[in-house]
Amino acid sequence: MDIVVLVKQVPNTAEVKIDPKTGTLLREGVDSIINPDDMHALEAALQLKAKHGAKITAISMGPPQAMDALREALAMGVDEGILLTDRAFAGADTLATSYTLGKAVKKVGKYDLVLCGLQAIDGDTAQIGPQVAEFLDIPQVTRATKLEVQGNELHAERLVEDGTEVVKCPLPALVTVIKEMNRPRYPRVQGILAAFLPDAKLKQWGPKDIGAEDNKIGLKGSPTQVQKTFIPNVEKKTEKLTGDPSAMAKTLAERLKERRLL
Amino acid sequence: MAISIDKTECTGCGTCVDACSFGSIRIENEKAVIDDTCTACGACVESCPSGAIKMDVKDRKVELSRYKDVWVVAELKGGKIRQCTFELLGCGRALADTMGHRLCAFVAGKDSGAHVPEMAASGADVVYTIEDAKLGEGTVLPHARVISEAIKDKMPSVVLFSATPFGRDLAPRISRRLSVGLTADCTELSVDKETRNLLQTRPAWGGNLMATIYSPDTRPQMSTVRPGVMKPLAKNPGKKSEVVVLEYLIAPRDLALEVLELKKETAHKVNLTEAKIIVAGGNGVGSKEGFRHLEELAKLLGAEVGGTRIAVEEGWITQDRQVGQTGQSVSPELYFACGISGAIQHRSGMAGSKTIVAVNSDPNAPIFGIADIGMVGDLHKVIPEMIKAIKERRSVQ
Repeated sequence: MDIVVLVKQVPNTAEVKIDPKTGTLLREGVDSIINPDDMHALEAALQLKAKHGAKITAISMGPPQAMDALREALAMGVDEGILLTDRAFAGADTLATSYTLGKAVKKVGKYDLVLCGLQAIDGDTAQIGPQVAEFLDIPQVTRATKLEVQGNELHAERLVEDGTEVVKCPLPALVTVIKEMNRPRYPRVQGILAAFLPDAKLKQWGPKDIGAEDNKIGLKGSPTQVQKTFIPNVEKKTEKLTGDPSAMAKTLAERLKERRLL
Repeated sequence: MAISIDKTECTGCGTCVDACSFGSIRIENEKAVIDDTCTACGACVESCPSGAIKMDVKDRKVELSRYKDVWVVAELKGGKIRQCTFELLGCGRALADTMGHRLCAFVAGKDSGAHVPEMAASGADVVYTIEDAKLGEGTVLPHARVISEAIKDKMPSVVLFSATPFGRDLAPRISRRLSVGLTADCTELSVDKETRNLLQTRPAWGGNLMATIYSPDTRPQMSTVRPGVMKPLAKNPGKKSEVVVLEYLIAPRDLALEVLELKKETAHKVNLTEAKIIVAGGNGVGSKEGFRHLEELAKLLGAEVGGTRIAVEEGWITQDRQVGQTGQSVSPELYFACGISGAIQHRSGMAGSKTIVAVNSDPNAPIFGIADIGMVGDLHKVIPEMIKAIKERRSVQ
């Protein structure tokens, strides 16, 4: 079986601060990590490999330092890592990103399953999975919590609003994974060391390598533009009550009444 | 010509002929040929399996004025229109009025025609219906097929989906199929007075930053809109709307995904996103027993109990009650944050609440920065007093 896992390197949001004046991210000193949902996708691929045997290719799009994410994937047990990196890829919205990733998956050629996380913590759009599935013209199973391959069929469970849905579809298919699926393994120390050796199975691809058209990648290929960013106006006039709990509670009841909330 | 065909790569398969909404492509001598009725919409470029059709980037701009109307894609559950659809109609009405467009509801499914009066009463000028038993609730591929085809035919300027799990699965497939922009989980929509572009505002970085996004050169402009944020219109039962029945073929491949079973949650399913009042607790609550006060307050107010990630990890509340970045995003009328310091991961899931009451013993807790009413004190003493005071306040009414 051939499995492609799409991973994204993201800043560790637990540490991200925002400059209140400029509204820009202060990334300095912030670690980069593999997007949490993508870690679960990698783990799912590795478990399928253990069961059925598979070649796993991890693909990421990002700046050159995103190779670290692929090194980590390699150390977890992935067979090959491909980094899509080029200035022309920069500034991509989800449409351009899904085109780029989709072209890369096609370039890899053989794929029975494409796995990725439901969403990335820096954007929360959850659009890349379905868009890549559409680009590849294959079915999608989102929010998956369980995966099984039976012959040429995928059997999966997915979390829906009122429970768990059991679904099946023919392969190839794209699956977006959520944290309920599994517990990602830690990379092996030997694996980490090996991922830094010159013969590590890592490569970089640019637009030409995947046959991408200039007007469909990066900023040029992105129909959406950011008009502005701003810090949400949370400066509320807070009425702060202190002192005796009983008096505070009475004032609160009064305020809720005034706001017609009682 | 904005669109050109590479004759060496063209296999004459004819996919582009079907993809073209304007009948501008024909096959001659086993190669595709484009005539001058071409509008450079680019649909064929995407459809070509051989990548033989190219478009000049300068011509990416579609003729924007050809696209009219604001569409709301209705979502059905258990045969009924979901509340989030009425919210979309409320917000779509305002956009349509500002743009001078019609507001159209798009209802697809079994017996979709039955929902016409409701759609009209809720603000729609036009209701498009597609009746097909293949359009089961929650089935992404059949819906993506008919909505994409209808968009190509009718050319709306704006298409709104609810940012429910279904809407967020469906809309990206349509955006990819039509090569148009899509903005996820918007909390605010408005119209740029000069350009008439749709301005779509959404939270990023877990709500720490808001981004306003627009698609200046492509149509339709598509958004998924967070449920619980927009206000539905008061129903006007006398209002009539034009009804247009559409029909499109659903391909066998659109039915590739088969739902074998739905294992319903046996426990009472908590839907925090639709709760009017939420009483939430965090680390400061201290124990499962500590949550009893919160539960009592919630019961008194007809509220749901929620909590932070820590409260879930400690086992004080179940995961389906978690509010925040890794839990649910809520925006109730009233939110009680009890013993919650206000880490950004939590704030991002509740900062949109209309009125926030914070109870915390630390006067410098960040939660007070976003609270309307802050109470500095021990929640175990304050909450029982709140319960008493609310009961008293009610009894004097």
